[in-house]
Amino acid sequence: MIINHPILGPRDSAEFTYMGDAALLDRPDWQAKDALLQFVDYGYLRDNPAGPHIELWYHEQGDRSFLVVTRDTTTHEISSVKLASDVARGRGRSK
Amino acid sequence: MRYSGLRVLKEALTGHKGWKPAWRDVAPQAHYDYIVIGGGGHGLATAYYLARNHGAKRVAVLEKGWIGGGNVGRNTTIVRSNYLLDGNEPFYEHSLKLWEGLEQDINYNAMISQRGILNLVHSDAQRDAFTRRGNAMILNGADADLLSTETIQKRYPFLNVNNARFPIKGGLAQYRGGTVRHDAVAWGYARAADQLGVDIIQNCEVTGFRIEGGKCLGVETNRGYIKGDKVASCVAGSSGRLMAKASMRLPIESHVLQAFVSEGLKPVLPGVITFGAGHFYCSQSDKGGLVFGGDLDGYNSYAQRGNLPVVEDVCEGAMAIFPMLGRVRLLRMWGGIMDMSMDGSPIIDHTHIESLYFNGGWCYGGFKATPASGWCYAHLLATDTPHEFATAFRFDRFAKGQMIDEKGMGNNPQLH
Ligand SMILES: Cc1cc2nc3c(=O)[nH]c(=O)nc-3n(C[C@H](O)[C@H](O)[C@H](O)COP(=O)(O)OP(=O)(O)OC[C@H]3O[C@@H](n4cnc5c(N)ncnc54)[C@H](O)[C@@H]3O)c2cc1C
Repeated sequence: MIINHPILGPRDSAEFTYMGDAALLDRPDWQAKDALLQFVDYGYLRDNPAGPHIELWYHEQGDRSFLVVTRDTTTHEISSVKLASDVARGRGRSK
Repeated sequence: MRYSGLRVLKEALTGHKGWKPAWRDVAPQAHYDYIVIGGGGHGLATAYYLARNHGAKRVAVLEKGWIGGGNVGRNTTIVRSNYLLDGNEPFYEHSLKLWEGLEQDINYNAMISQRGILNLVHSDAQRDAFTRRGNAMILNGADADLLSTETIQKRYPFLNVNNARFPIKGGLAQYRGGTVRHDAVAWGYARAADQLGVDIIQNCEVTGFRIEGGKCLGVETNRGYIKGDKVASCVAGSSGRLMAKASMRLPIESHVLQAFVSEGLKPVLPGVITFGAGHFYCSQSDKGGLVFGGDLDGYNSYAQRGNLPVVEDVCEGAMAIFPMLGRVRLLRMWGGIMDMSMDGSPIIDHTHIESLYFNGGWCYGGFKATPASGWCYAHLLATDTPHEFATAFRFDRFAKGQMIDEKGMGNNPQLH
């Protein structure tokens, strides 16, 4: 698989480490009343869809950036690649 | 019809005209006591033990494709019980014991071959870990033997014990481990279950659940609605996809694992050998092909085919310990979808929905578990209490911090 890195261009996926569902970007609020339950969900439960999956890839053998990649789990086809920092900022986060 | 040597002789002399289909081809009935979803090894074993151990009468196995088309027909056929943790080891040892008596029990030649498995050790720390594991196995009634480099060299002269990066420092052997002909397991259980009255329904895909007031009443299929008093999911790599239809999220990710077979060779490899420094394991089939595999590709996949970097990695592992394989040609490779759980251990439990049960999360070690998984799942379904060897395989262990994490990898399914 080739991942089209937004800064570095097309890179072999073997340079990356897979970090799972991109829902992990949204860590629950630790002060919420049901924080414990939310963290169990966050830590252990997954949607695991057959089809488009939005996921995190870490460019460990490269520039060490985290990417948010949309990939079809039934074909391995990649339809979108963004910097995770851009995605997080787009949701109003500082980093 | 019972299979026997005499029968083979008789059929040979009479033109093989007496053989019958190994199981009936039936249309689904409107209502069953137990509906088992998924005709893989685990689903078929579950149905068989429901009928055999618990006298269950109206049992159906619903399989979306054909019997043996899933992981039960795609794995590398290794059986063993060399686990460390208390939650696992008694279960896998029970499974190995069931394998030992399976062929007589189901009257089917599954070519169970206890040719032994050897896990190689490459560092002092690894020897300590394997010593501990061997002791845990012995404490649970399994067999284990720690071997020195000299013994290994004598028994397996083709191994490269002096690899510069990964010298072989010893190994942990389990002589009762070995291989089983995987297709025969599916067919054998299917035939035995059928003879006890279980309906095995192929080309019947479950497309949804009928759930009312928190209770599961039956399943929607491409062949119509089927009512079931108890509904048991048992679809391995498709668990996430199926349980989403009951609005359940699971502690599971689906990943692809590849396997490889070489051209046929004369007997060169006695037993199963695993490389301890990379991820590579190998055995030789009775036809002569070397059957081997390694790591997952490492990302969510339902594609049943993998990518090339893993092929390279697996072959490098092979060359590190078996330099003799350098000129062997690869014949075939394929992939299967693994239900990788968050701690690397399985789940056999009821769900929060009444009458709906779940069996899954077998990762890439579920073939060896087939008999015990069926045995314990049938027990849970029939009695509504977990079997004593499967009490740890619960859904709530993640919330309670009681993970069964053999490798200590945490909630990284791709690393288990
Ligand atoms: C390459 C590879 C190597 C492996 N090597 C080993 C090994 O050496 N040792 C070991 O112990 N384990 C090994 N495993 C793991 C083992 O094969 C699996 O854990 C085990 O087979 C899973 O259980 P099963 O046989 O019931 O699964 P499957 O055979 O996959 O059965 C699940 C069935 O459910 C059906 N299904 C799915 N969705 C639906 C639906 N909606 N309705 C109806 N039916 C449905 C599928 O068609 C399938 O037939 C390996 C796996 C792979 C892929």
